[in-house]
Amino acid sequence: MIRDALVIAGKDLRLEARSKVAVSQVLPFVLAVVLLFGFALDGESQVLQRVASGLFWATVLFAAVLVVQRSAAVERADGVTDALRMTALHPGGIFLGKVVSLLAQLLVVDVTLGLAMVVLYDVALSGVLLLTTCALLGSVAVAAAGALYGPLVAGARHRDTLLPLLMLPVLAPVLLAGARGFEIALGRGVGGGWQWAGMLGIVAGVYLALGIAVWGPLLEDT
Amino acid sequence: MDPVVHLNSTVALAGRFPALAGVDLSVQPGEIVWLRGPNGAGKTTLLRLCAGLVPVAKGEARVLGVDLRTDRRSIRTRVGLLGHASGLYDELSVAENVRFWARCCGADPHEAEAAMERVDLAPRLRDLPVDRLSSGQRRRASLAAMLVRRPRLWLLDEPHAGLDSDARELVDRLMVEASEVGVTTLFASHELDRAAEVALRQVVIAGGVVVEDRSMREEAR
Repeated sequence: MIRDALVIAGKDLRLEARSKVAVSQVLPFVLAVVLLFGFALDGESQVLQRVASGLFWATVLFAAVLVVQRSAAVERADGVTDALRMTALHPGGIFLGKVVSLLAQLLVVDVTLGLAMVVLYDVALSGVLLLTTCALLGSVAVAAAGALYGPLVAGARHRDTLLPLLMLPVLAPVLLAGARGFEIALGRGVGGGWQWAGMLGIVAGVYLALGIAVWGPLLEDT
Repeated sequence: MDPVVHLNSTVALAGRFPALAGVDLSVQPGEIVWLRGPNGAGKTTLLRLCAGLVPVAKGEARVLGVDLRTDRRSIRTRVGLLGHASGLYDELSVAENVRFWARCCGADPHEAEAAMERVDLAPRLRDLPVDRLSSGQRRRASLAAMLVRRPRLWLLDEPHAGLDSDARELVDRLMVEASEVGVTTLFASHELDRAAEVALRQVVIAGGVVVEDRSMREEAR
C-alpha cells in the first residue's frame, strides 16, 4: 500500500509541478485573503494579532477547497478513473497517495500564510513546537478529508459548489482545535495547547482510517 | 482448450436498462473477434463487462478463467481496455504516462520505451505533454499504455476511430501479431472494410443480444 501511495503521490506532485496551480493560483489567493483582512480591520495590529489564529485556519480551509478541487479534477479527466480501476493499485494506497500530495501542497500554503502573517500582522512567533505540530496534524486532517470528499462529489452535478458545502462543515473540528492550539502557542489563550494538538491528531486519524476503508467502493461508484 | 471469454445468458445493466439482455458468447485464445451492431446495441457494455468494469446482473461470465460474478477486480490487470477516452493525464508527457501506468500494473517501467516503439510513436513525441498531441497521436499513446501492461485479452472500442491510414494499418498489424502469440482481441468497430480485413470472426449484437456469429474465414472463402 505504501508503494502504491508513493506512485500516486509522485504522479500528482509531478502534475502539480507542470500545472503550477498551487503556486500561480492558491498562494496568491492566500496572500489576497491576508491583505484583505488587513484592510478590513484598518491594519490595527492588535486586532489582527488577536484574530490571526482563527484567520490562519479559515484561510487554510478555503485554500484546501481549491487544492482538492484541482486534485479531484485531474482524476476525472478523459477516462483516467477507469484506467485507475484497471490497475493493481490498492485503493487505500491511492487514497494515501492523494493525501500525501495534498499535504505537501497544504504545507506550502501553511508556511506562506504563516510568514505573511508574521510580516504583515506583526505576529510574534512563540511556542514553535506546538505551532508546528498543530499545523502538521491539522493539515493531515484537511488533506485526508479532502482526498475523501474529492471523489465523493466527483460524479455529482454542480460538484464545484458542492465540494465546499460538504467539506467545510466536517472540517469545523480542525478549525476549532487548530485555532485554539495556535492561540495558546502564541501566548493568547489559556489551557493546555497539546490537548488541542491531540484532538487534531484524532481527527486526522479518523479521516485517514475512513479514507482507507471506503476509497475502494468510492472509486467503483464514481 | 478453455475459452478466454465465456458468456452464458449474461445480463448487464446500464442504470435500470439492460444493456446486455442475455448474451451467449465463447471466444477461444488467439481469436480476433469483431463486434458489430448499431449504436446502443451493447458493444461497449460487453467490452467493459469483460474488463471487469461493469457488474454481471444475471447469467454466467468467465474471462481468462475468472468468474466475473464473484471476482471482477482480479481480471482488470490481465486485460487491456482501449476505450473512447484516452485514459492519459494531459499534463504529463507520453513517456511519463506510459511509465506511470506500467508501474500501476506491476509491469516494468523500462518496457515503456518498447511499447512506444511498437506503436511507432516518434521519439520527438514521447516527451511532449499529451495535451499537445493530435487525436491520432493520443490514440497511439493510449495503445502504448495498454500494451505495456502485457494483457492476455485486448478489448478495443473503435480502435480505428480518428486514425490516419498508417495508424489503422498499425492497429490491424498489432492485433494480428498478438493473435499469433495467443493473445485474444475483441474489438467494436463501425469501419466495415477495415474490420472485415483483420477479424477472424464477426459477432453482431442488437438490443443487447447476439443475433449473428460467423467466421470471417468462411465468408472470405
